[in-house]
Amino acid sequence: MGPAARPLAVLAVLLVLDLVLLFPGGGSDAPGADSRPPRARVGLVFDVGGRGDRSFNDSAFAGLERARRELGVDVEYVEPSGAEDRESALRLFAARGFDLVVGVGFIFSTDLVVVAREHPDVRFAGVDFAPPADGRIPPNLVGLKFREEEGSFLVGAAAALLSRTRHVGFVGGMDVPLIHKFEAGFRTGVRAVCDACRVSVAYAGVTPEAFKDPARGKELALAQIARGADVLFHASGSTGLGVFEAARQARVFAIGVDSDQHDDMPGVVVTSMLKRVDVVLVETVRAVLEGRFRGGIRTFGLRERGIDWVHQGPHARRIPRAVAARVSELGRRIASGALVVPSSREALPRSMGGEAPR
Amino acid sequence: MSARWTGLVEKALPPALALAIALLVGNLLIIVNGEQPLRVWSLLVAGTWGSGYGMGQVLFKAAPLALAGYSVGLAFRAGLFNVGGEGQIQSSALACAVVGAALPAWLPWPLAVLVCTLAAVCCGACVGAVPGWLRARFGAHEVITTIMLNFVVLAVIGYLVAEHLALPETLHTREIAPGATLGRLADTVGALRGSAASWGLLVVPFAGFAYWWFLERTTWGLEHRTVGLSPGVAEANGVNVARVRVLAMTLAGGFAALSAVPTVLGYKHFYEQGFGAGVGFMGIAVALLGQGNPWGIAAAALLFGTLSQGGLAINALVPKDLIDVLQAAVILVVVAASREVQAVLRRGVAAARASTKEQA
Repeated sequence: MGPAARPLAVLAVLLVLDLVLLFPGGGSDAPGADSRPPRARVGLVFDVGGRGDRSFNDSAFAGLERARRELGVDVEYVEPSGAEDRESALRLFAARGFDLVVGVGFIFSTDLVVVAREHPDVRFAGVDFAPPADGRIPPNLVGLKFREEEGSFLVGAAAALLSRTRHVGFVGGMDVPLIHKFEAGFRTGVRAVCDACRVSVAYAGVTPEAFKDPARGKELALAQIARGADVLFHASGSTGLGVFEAARQARVFAIGVDSDQHDDMPGVVVTSMLKRVDVVLVETVRAVLEGRFRGGIRTFGLRERGIDWVHQGPHARRIPRAVAARVSELGRRIASGALVVPSSREALPRSMGGEAPR
Repeated sequence: MSARWTGLVEKALPPALALAIALLVGNLLIIVNGEQPLRVWSLLVAGTWGSGYGMGQVLFKAAPLALAGYSVGLAFRAGLFNVGGEGQIQSSALACAVVGAALPAWLPWPLAVLVCTLAAVCCGACVGAVPGWLRARFGAHEVITTIMLNFVVLAVIGYLVAEHLALPETLHTREIAPGATLGRLADTVGALRGSAASWGLLVVPFAGFAYWWFLERTTWGLEHRTVGLSPGVAEANGVNVARVRVLAMTLAGGFAALSAVPTVLGYKHFYEQGFGAGVGFMGIAVALLGQGNPWGIAAAALLFGTLSQGGLAINALVPKDLIDVLQAAVILVVVAASREVQAVLRRGVAAARASTKEQA
C-alpha cells in the first residue's frame, strides 16, 4: 500500500458517517403532520442584517407571526447575505407561487418593481417603498408608506411639555429626506405646544453606517445635552442606543422610535413613536385573503393606526396624565385632518429652520 | 502504486476531505437545529441545480468568485498572498460604473464594453500594484499591506459614492451608457428566465485561459513560478525578484477587477455600495480549494456559488449562518490538509525576514 492509504481510509470513514447522519433515526416528526392546508403562503425578505434590529424589521416579523396565528397563513422568512441577493430572494418566493411576497426597507423598491412585473400572478408588498422615477407601479405591487411625521409631531409635543429647560434635541441617522420627515414632524410638534422652546438637531452621517453607530450617537447626544437639551428624540436605528446611553449618564429623558424601545433603557426611554409595520402587514395579509388586495401606494398615519405613540400602560408611567391628554388631543386633530403636519424640511415655516448660528 | 496515482491523490485529497468534513459538520448542525439533513440538502439542490433559474443564479454568483480565485491563485503561485481582493474588486466596480456612465450614448456596443472593462482592470491593477511595490521596495509583507489597503480603499469609495456619485435618495451611481451593457443569458436561453446571469460570464473562461497561458507558456510565467517555489534560486538564476513581485500583484489586481464585468455591465448597470462585498475574501478560499489550478478554481467557484445561492433556498428551514459555517469548515480543512499551503506560508515568512534584514 502507498502512503496515501491512511488518509484514504479516513476519507472513507468520514463518508460513511456522513451517510449515516443523513437519516437521523428515532422520533423524527413527519413533515406535514399538521395536514390542514394553509389559507395562503406569505414570504418575507429582510434587508441585509435587518433581522433582530429591534425596530421595523422585527416589527414586520411580529406582524407576520401574528398573521400566522390569527389568520392561519403559512409564513417563510429569508435574510439575504449580500446586496446581490435581495432580488434573488424575492424571486425564490415568487417562483414557488407564494400568495404574498414582502420586502422590508426602501432599498427593495427597484427590485420589487422588476420582480412584480415578471410575476403578475403573485402579489408583492414593499415596506417604506419608494416609487420609481417614472411613477409606474405594477398592479400586483402595493407600496406601504408611513406618515412618520405625524408620530414625530406627537412625541415632539410630548418632549416640549416634559422639558424643564425648554430645550429638546433630535438625533437623526443618515442625512436623507426619509429622516428629515421625522425632524420636520418633531420640530412642528415642539412648536405647537411651546413657542419659545429650542430644538437642537444633529445627524450621524451620510452613509447607511449612520444607522449603526452608537458611539457617534452618544457623542452627538452629549453635545446637545451640554447645550441644555433635556429630552432627546432619535430616528437613527441602533445609533439611538448611544443616545439612550448619553441620556442615562446625564439623567435626562430619551424618546424611542419605530417600536416601543422602553426595554432598551427603562427609566430613560420615556415614550416611543410607533411605526406599526406589524399592524399594516396583518391588514395586508387580510386583504389578500379576502380578495381586497389592490396595488399602488398606500400611506398609513394616525388615522389608519399605522402610526402611534406609547402613552398608556407601564411603559408610559413617566408621562403625566395632563401631558398624555394634551398630546392625544393633538393626535385626534391630526387623525381627523384638522391639523396637517409638514413632511419635509422645505415645508417647514422659515422660523423653524433651526437654531440661530452663534 | 504508480507515482501518477499518488500525485493525483495528494492533489485531490485535501478538497475531498474538506467536503466530507463540511458535510459532517453540516449534518450535525442541521440535526441540532431540529431539521432533517436530507430534507435540507434536497431543498438546497432543488433551489440551485434543480431549476433553470437556480442554475443561472449559481453561474452568476460563481463568476466573480472564480475571478477572485484566479487573482489570489496567481499571487499565490509567486509566493504572495493577495488579501486585497475586496478593495481591488469594489474600486474597479466603481471605476467601471463611473466610466460607463460617462460614455456617450452613441458609442457602439463592443467598444463601450471594452472601455469599461479596461477602466476596471486598470483600477484593480493599480490598487494591486501598491502592495506589490511596497513588498519589493521595502519588504513590507503583502498580507498586512493588502488588508490595510482594503480599509483605505473602501473608506474612499464610501465617501465618493455618498458625497458625490450617488443619485439622490439611493446608494447607487448613475446607469451606464446603453452600449456598455451586456445582455442577459435568459434572453437567449429561455430556461434561465429571471436569473441574473449575463454574457459577462464569458470573461471567466477567458481569464482561466489567460491564467494558464501566462503561468505555463510564457517566460514571465516561468520566472513567476520560480519565485514562488524559491526566491533564492530565482535570484541566483538572474531573475529580478522585485519586478516579478510587483508584476504578480498588479496582475492579481487586474484579475480581481474583471469580476466587475458580470455584476456591473451584465446585471445592475450601476455601482451600489456593498456590491461584491466578501467576494475578495471568498476568492482566497476558492483559490485554496482549487489548489491554484485553473480548472480547480472554476470548480471551487461553482461549489461556493451553489452554497451561496442554496443558502437562500434553505433559509426558511435553517439560519443562513449554517452556510457560513460550512464554507468556513471547507476552508479550515483545506488549509490544514494542504502541505503546499504550509510550505508557501513558511517561505513567505522567511523571505520577509530576509528582506527586512537586507534593509537593516
